[in-house]
Amino acid sequence: MPEKSASNLVAEPQSPPKIRSPKRPAGTLYRGNEGMWSWVLHRITGVSIYFFLLVHILDTALVRVSPDAYNIVIDSYKTPLMGLAEIGLVAAIGFHAINGLRIILIDFWAFGAKHQRTLFWVVIGIWLVLLAGFIPRQLMHVFGG
Amino acid sequence: MSTAVADKKPAAAEEIPTFTATLIIRRFDPDVDEEPRWEDFDVELYATDRVLDALHKIKWEQDGSLTFRRSCAHGICGSDAMRINGRNRLACKTLIKDLDITKPIYVEAIKGLPLEKDLIVDMEPFFDSYKEINPFLMAGATKGGKERKQSPVERARFDDTTKCILCAACTSSCPVFWTDGQYFGPAAIVNAHRFIFDSRDEGSQVRLDILNDKEGVWRCRTTFNCTDACPRGIQVTQAIAEVKQAIIKGKP
Ligand code: SF4
Ligand code: FES
Repeated sequence: MPEKSASNLVAEPQSPPKIRSPKRPAGTLYRGNEGMWSWVLHRITGVSIYFFLLVHILDTALVRVSPDAYNIVIDSYKTPLMGLAEIGLVAAIGFHAINGLRIILIDFWAFGAKHQRTLFWVVIGIWLVLLAGFIPRQLMHVFGG
Repeated sequence: MSTAVADKKPAAAEEIPTFTATLIIRRFDPDVDEEPRWEDFDVELYATDRVLDALHKIKWEQDGSLTFRRSCAHGICGSDAMRINGRNRLACKTLIKDLDITKPIYVEAIKGLPLEKDLIVDMEPFFDSYKEINPFLMAGATKGGKERKQSPVERARFDDTTKCILCAACTSSCPVFWTDGQYFGPAAIVNAHRFIFDSRDEGSQVRLDILNDKEGVWRCRTTFNCTDACPRGIQVTQAIAEVKQAIIKGKP
């Protein structure tokens, strides 16, 4: 490859390189604070909840099409892997719900906008308490039989 | 050398220590470069220098082609908003001693507006949305040609948003604006807020209607990047929230 392109240089116009460098070299990542990261998390959890709901509506609708197929699908949800995925789902919904309340407070209450950083850590606190209550029970449920 | 100086003027203060800082600047020359590139510069600086002084030193002593905007150099004109170590700041208000000089200082143009050269972006889209919110007093003739009276309390209502210098640090720190250039952006909303809550103004309904648009205040996702970036310390996100509430209530 290097020898080839070297000879190309003299004779003919360069052929475009196979692996192009990115269009614009990434600038530095914008270093936002709690507010920006809470928004990023809110987006990620929101989109994942959306996809969960999509699948959930489809699998529930399946019962109208074929109850047998429905049972097979629902049984496949009872595997440990799905049990772990459920933890992810609860974590996503939990964060999205609590942070959603924080955003409402910010929009409608001057105190909320002023103390949004503290509120973010309050959200994380409540969220961790929620998960601390849920995860051990779910693990017992999934692996304890 | 320092002893020679001390011999002549024993009363002179100690020489102020300097140090070498490395600036890594994202440069782009549309005539030569296809893509922006990072370039390193070592500059001798005082702790009391600002990033703008470092840029001056580079331009005047090392590379005259370095291009950036500045005018007042004292945080008044709003020309020199740029991304310093990943955050939007005015170069003329950012002291070197507040940065970690053991590491290089990254300087690049603000994000979300078309890059023209080095640290200069095209500000037209930014000013277009500013113009759209009617940034002037809309009021009919006064009774008997007298002055328009305003109490200190009424004046204080919008005091925060009168401080804007239109530097675009807020708008170009907004993740929504990066992906959707149609969004009015924090700066336009701040300047609308300045008139919406002005008791002398009669056009607030017009502005509220403009900002109730799809690309108006409802695009705000309360990331608070704008509040953090504003060199005048304006509570930008709070101002946007107040406009949201005014739209819901139908009046300021
Ligand atoms: S609100 Fe602040 S950051 Fe935004 S343009 Fe005005 S002075 Fe600059
Ligand atoms: S040069 Fe005028 S604000 Fe910085």
